[in-house]
Amino acid sequence: MKIVNKKIINDVGGVRITQLDIVSADIASKAMPGQFVMLMVSHEGERIPLTLVNADKKTGIVSLIFQEAGFTTKSLGKLSPGESLYSLVGPLGHPTEVKKFGKVILVGGGVGIAEILPVARALKEAGNEITTILGSRNKDLLILEAELRETSDQIYIMTDDGSAGKKGFTTDMLGELLSKEKYDLIYSVGPIPMMKRVAAASKEYNTKTLVSLNALMVDATGMCGCCRVSVSGQVKFSCVDGPDFDGHGVDWDELEKRNKVYSEQEKHICRLLKP
Amino acid sequence: MKKEPVKVKEVPAQLRVGNFQEVVKGYSEEEALLEAARCLQCKNPVCSSGCPVGIDIKQFIYHIRQKDYKAAYFTIREKNNFPSICGRVCPAEYQCRKACVLTKKGSPFASEEAINIHFLERFVGDYGKNNKLDVKTEKEEKFSKFKVAVVGSGPAGLCCAGELARKGIKVDIFESLHKTGGVLRYGIPPFRLPWDVLDFEIDYLKKSGVNIITNFLVGKAKTIKELFSQGYSAVFLGLGAGVPSFLGIKGENLCNIYSVNEFLTRVNLMSAYKFPEFHTPVNIGKNVLVVGGGNTAMDAARVALRMQKIKGLPLNTMVIYRRTEIEMPARRLEIEHAREEGIKFEFLVQPKEFIGDQEGFVKKLICLRSKLGEPDSSGRRRPIIIEGSEFELDCDLCVIAVGLKANQILINATPELKTDKYSDVIVDPETMESSIKEVFAGGDIVGGEGTVIEAMGMAKKAARAIIDRLSKKGE
Repeated sequence: MKIVNKKIINDVGGVRITQLDIVSADIASKAMPGQFVMLMVSHEGERIPLTLVNADKKTGIVSLIFQEAGFTTKSLGKLSPGESLYSLVGPLGHPTEVKKFGKVILVGGGVGIAEILPVARALKEAGNEITTILGSRNKDLLILEAELRETSDQIYIMTDDGSAGKKGFTTDMLGELLSKEKYDLIYSVGPIPMMKRVAAASKEYNTKTLVSLNALMVDATGMCGCCRVSVSGQVKFSCVDGPDFDGHGVDWDELEKRNKVYSEQEKHICRLLKP
Repeated sequence: MKKEPVKVKEVPAQLRVGNFQEVVKGYSEEEALLEAARCLQCKNPVCSSGCPVGIDIKQFIYHIRQKDYKAAYFTIREKNNFPSICGRVCPAEYQCRKACVLTKKGSPFASEEAINIHFLERFVGDYGKNNKLDVKTEKEEKFSKFKVAVVGSGPAGLCCAGELARKGIKVDIFESLHKTGGVLRYGIPPFRLPWDVLDFEIDYLKKSGVNIITNFLVGKAKTIKELFSQGYSAVFLGLGAGVPSFLGIKGENLCNIYSVNEFLTRVNLMSAYKFPEFHTPVNIGKNVLVVGGGNTAMDAARVALRMQKIKGLPLNTMVIYRRTEIEMPARRLEIEHAREEGIKFEFLVQPKEFIGDQEGFVKKLICLRSKLGEPDSSGRRRPIIIEGSEFELDCDLCVIAVGLKANQILINATPELKTDKYSDVIVDPETMESSIKEVFAGGDIVGGEGTVIEAMGMAKKAARAIIDRLSKKGE
């Protein structure tokens, strides 16, 4: 649970994205793309899920990339190499389905780009043709472009202001690609509104679409049901049934509302304790 | 003259609802002596037959009467590793006290006159704890070369580990959460089982040589097979019943509808009642409904009421149950405590649908009235819905406490492990060995939702079988 390396990937306009490399031989030896860990910064802390971005079996080091957005992620960003987490457990959730699908589009938005990286590498290795669409507000906020360029056959960058790649949403490019050619799989991680639009766009073409959901969790071992989501009319627990689900079946409005259930407390604790 | 049962001192309801401190104060020495003096010391005692681990109740009460508390302690410890815990959480009115000859024949639970065995047990357990009485180990050299993996640090796992360590077997407990105790920590609120009591019992185990590895999820970080390849001679599964059941009705995923596990885990394990000092939040409502009639429902209702008090809200928490009070599986003591604290009860009520607002928060629960019909498979009378009896209850926070199922992660990761239709692990009832050789199981993962002492009973049986097996291997 000791942090051995810390890298500020991005720190512009109040958006700070940080990478922590942490020693955990047990997790590193078992982790598969798409899985996550639960961690606590301190003994007073809350348990939060973070996707495993990399797991090095040889060194026993796992990497997490997160945006310092809320109280806990900000506290996490304050830790330095040499310090340890209070708690780290994993790997959790099902790994992403990796096989030869054929032509695959990966859509990543914001810090979700970090989470598609391990899946991109695995799908590439499984012999898929990878097309990657990355979205961010502007050029400065874009992360891991070089790494994803390496694993992708084609890559498209979409920014809100056009400062990098094309101006527009990831779904603009997705729609364009889908209208021209048939794809076998779409895999998307990012903010809920983006994943929701991705699913809506691909539904028209009936393309299999997997999304990795970021529901709130407590134990993350199937014991509390905090992370329950409705998928195709069935109640699923993101932690043990997911985190990947059929994007066409997800009740996005419900997920969006459930993820805001503690927004008042979040504001309160950030004001009070200033992480 | 017939002696009256000695009432146990409790913190008055209006004081206790403002905090999470222990409600029942326990007997003083004087009170324990008075209560022990009521015991008839039957020639053929039947009370022990009601105890899942078979404590020699007559004997330990006899020792109390002689003021030999040390002997009383060792008498209990012979059968029960955790007297301070069981003295607090055992549903004695369904077990030893129900078996006591002073209970009226045919009564569904213990009569008031029955000896307060659980309070006497707690007195003795706390005496042992406060006087740091060490139980003699029976370490045998031949066992020192063996190590056993115990999965889960709840009642079953702790008990099994304790029994094995006593013999000198090396034990590693694997716990997925960051803290030990399982349901004793995340489920049972500290006002029923204070953490210092739990910590004492767990520290005691550690001192006896049990090693506990937290933050380790067997089934994900390691498989059972991998545990064996790491040199463990046997594995004990004390996984518990931690998967919450929901009602399966419309609107159940609205915000502020919690499973009882989520609500209690946030408040107990994560200390959300101390937010923001502790960083895990929990919501509370003005009109809290708790659905269910078991101990966890009582715990949730009493936790909710305390949260209302802490937040300065009027106390308004209601338990709704589909049968009547008699059929409630909760301990009578807990029902009484809940009622004293001001929790309301509505019986013969069946939830039908939750109604929410624009933001997705629950606002109302539509219910139906029911009446009792013939007994069902559980032996309790089945509730029958009365047509056209629909009514609404205001509800801005709801806790669903309608049962728990077996934890599935390890079971799913171990296809060779045979399970029954409830997904509970199938074992040989004599040895508690599962369909995989050298893998034993006990507690709720075997029997479904049971009590702490029942889990311990199974764990002890498994421990005996493991010891037996290792002893043959050692020869």
